Amino acid sequence: MNDYLALFLQAAFSENIMLVFFLGICTAIATSKSMEAALGAGVAIFVVQSVTVPLNSLLNTYLFRPGALEWAGLPEIDLSGLGLIASIGVIAATVQLLEMVVDKHFPRLYNAFGVFLPLITVNCAILGGSLFSIQRNYDLVESTVFGIGSGAGWALAVILLAGIRDKLRYADVPKGLEGTGITFIVMGLMAMSFMGLSGIYAS
Amino acid sequence: MERTVRQYLLEPLLARNPITVQALGICSALAVTVGLRPSLLMAVAVIAVCGFANAAISLIRTRIPTSIRLIVQIVVIATFVVVVDELLKAYAPETSKRLSVYVFLIVTNCIVLARVESVAMNKPVWPSFVDGIGSGLGYGLVLAIVGSIRELLGAGSLLDEPVFVTAANGGWYEPVGLFRLAPSAFFIIGLLIWAGHRFAKPEDAPGTGQR
Repeated sequence: MNDYLALFLQAAFSENIMLVFFLGICTAIATSKSMEAALGAGVAIFVVQSVTVPLNSLLNTYLFRPGALEWAGLPEIDLSGLGLIASIGVIAATVQLLEMVVDKHFPRLYNAFGVFLPLITVNCAILGGSLFSIQRNYDLVESTVFGIGSGAGWALAVILLAGIRDKLRYADVPKGLEGTGITFIVMGLMAMSFMGLSGIYAS
Repeated sequence: MERTVRQYLLEPLLARNPITVQALGICSALAVTVGLRPSLLMAVAVIAVCGFANAAISLIRTRIPTSIRLIVQIVVIATFVVVVDELLKAYAPETSKRLSVYVFLIVTNCIVLARVESVAMNKPVWPSFVDGIGSGLGYGLVLAIVGSIRELLGAGSLLDEPVFVTAANGGWYEPVGLFRLAPSAFFIIGLLIWAGHRFAKPEDAPGTGQR
């Protein structure tokens, strides 16, 4: 149990998928202009990440890993070349399904997502999360914890960033550094503080 | 205004640089730049994928149904990414291990998708190919700059060859550990964007131009 807690904290803070692995930055910069958009994108990424990471890791274990088809009696067939395209397919399909379910049963949440849910198909944080869990050979429980943790970490980071950018409007930023430039400097400082949280789970 | 092939190739280097001016494709630009060698290899991979995906999409552009064009584009890009990844594994196994998942993440690199969507879908093959190469080069230029700064200051070397003799080897240079960590990449890109604005065409600046 402790291991899973450690994995969660690691994925959410000290190895934050946005600030340490640089994933989903384009989305973060675009959505952190307003708190509302940041909330929508954060929740959308969190939900999709928690679903697709375990799903992709499951598919990899039973279909695409070299020798994974042993359960079907075909241990010599290696489908690993197809893994990437399959991961993208899974993500696209999940996003589409999720969109329909949320639209039908949680219309208020659907409005909060806005345009971000469909855009998530081409978000590198989602694909990156799946690829990391495959590369690190997480099992089903581990990849679920990793998916939830990294999604929560991304959401936390983008919401914090939107809050900081909100305050920045009153700051006197040099011309030319305004907008994207200063956002990067802020993200750098945030990355330093998130890295400072590494080691809190040492027990 | 019709752009010449030369413009297609050279404009993305400074005036329309995808990273500093249009703020696209930043994710991978930050992650692989700990050293100059992985940066250059990543740049080559992006140049190849961008050029060939542009050319391939441009070849079939009249046959793609509009409703499913994103899916077609992504599958074509993903195919080229898998080919590039296999080539890297075969010819540069060490560096390809250091790039880890970021080669695969070229699929979701917005530069490639943006070029395919805006140029390859409505221009003939040759200009599209050159445009892809040009955008890749603009990306590679920034990667090479960031990679050089981080490797030089973080480890005192370039392309794994020592330039400054580090204190650990009896020299004078004390490596700045921060440059090997994530935050430094954010700072360097932020400053490069500042510098890049000097060369930007006003209509392409983020927030004012097209995405």
